Amino acid sequence: MSRAKAFASPQARRAAPLFAALGDETRLLLVARLSANGPESITALSEGSDVTRQAVTKHLGVLARAGLARGQSRGRERIWQLEPGRLSEAREYLDQISRQWDVALDRLRTFLENEPR
Amino acid sequence: MTNTDHIEKQILLRAPRARVWRALTDAAEFGRWFQVVLETGFAVGKRTTGKITVPGYEHVTFEATVERMDHERLFSFRWHPYAVEPGVDYSKEPTTLVEFRLEDQRGGTLLTVVESGFDRIPVQRRALAFRMNSGGWDAQAENIRRHVES
Repeated sequence: MSRAKAFASPQARRAAPLFAALGDETRLLLVARLSANGPESITALSEGSDVTRQAVTKHLGVLARAGLARGQSRGRERIWQLEPGRLSEAREYLDQISRQWDVALDRLRTFLENEPR
Repeated sequence: MTNTDHIEKQILLRAPRARVWRALTDAAEFGRWFQVVLETGFAVGKRTTGKITVPGYEHVTFEATVERMDHERLFSFRWHPYAVEPGVDYSKEPTTLVEFRLEDQRGGTLLTVVESGFDRIPVQRRALAFRMNSGGWDAQAENIRRHVES
């Protein structure tokens, strides 16, 4: 299949912004933090880090547009949480390569059992 | 869950370390289980090429440059992950590092495989895997259906 076709596929078109959103150190850290701690406010997320509130807000916006996170108003604060479904899509590429390693290592085991010397 | 840069695998192989080392670093033996016909042997700093023999992937060229061969302990090479698309020149793109670590363990050899550097792989390459895996998308479509119907 041609490269142009690959780009034209709806799956690739849908997935590319997802990886672009994850391709930033601060945003990856935010995803890790939300994943570990659950929903948090922007104030909590910017505490104890070098990143300003404004920057956190901006990065959360990028994650939201990629469908990775969503914010909900609670009183005067906005509480952010992950959209786990979208995140699991990002894992799909690694899962696929991971499965290929499983198959390869299984063949290595069989090879060593059949030819022990 | 959020680590998108590396994959780690461990397997206990019921064979001594020297035997596992040979299966990994001898080109003919490597080819037998990895399903590739290699044209040259593995040597530090050298590129090894070959033809993949996995059914459905026969158009794929195996190409790896060996980084380290620490006798019976560590074998590592760099390559282009999932470089399966015909007619695409991957040579200018970043590589991932594949490391095979060998340790003695009761009953045989513990082999750890780490492939790292995925975060540097271009976005469109990583997105490509989605197209290749329709199963994942069927499941996703089902999730969406449940979501909109509930």
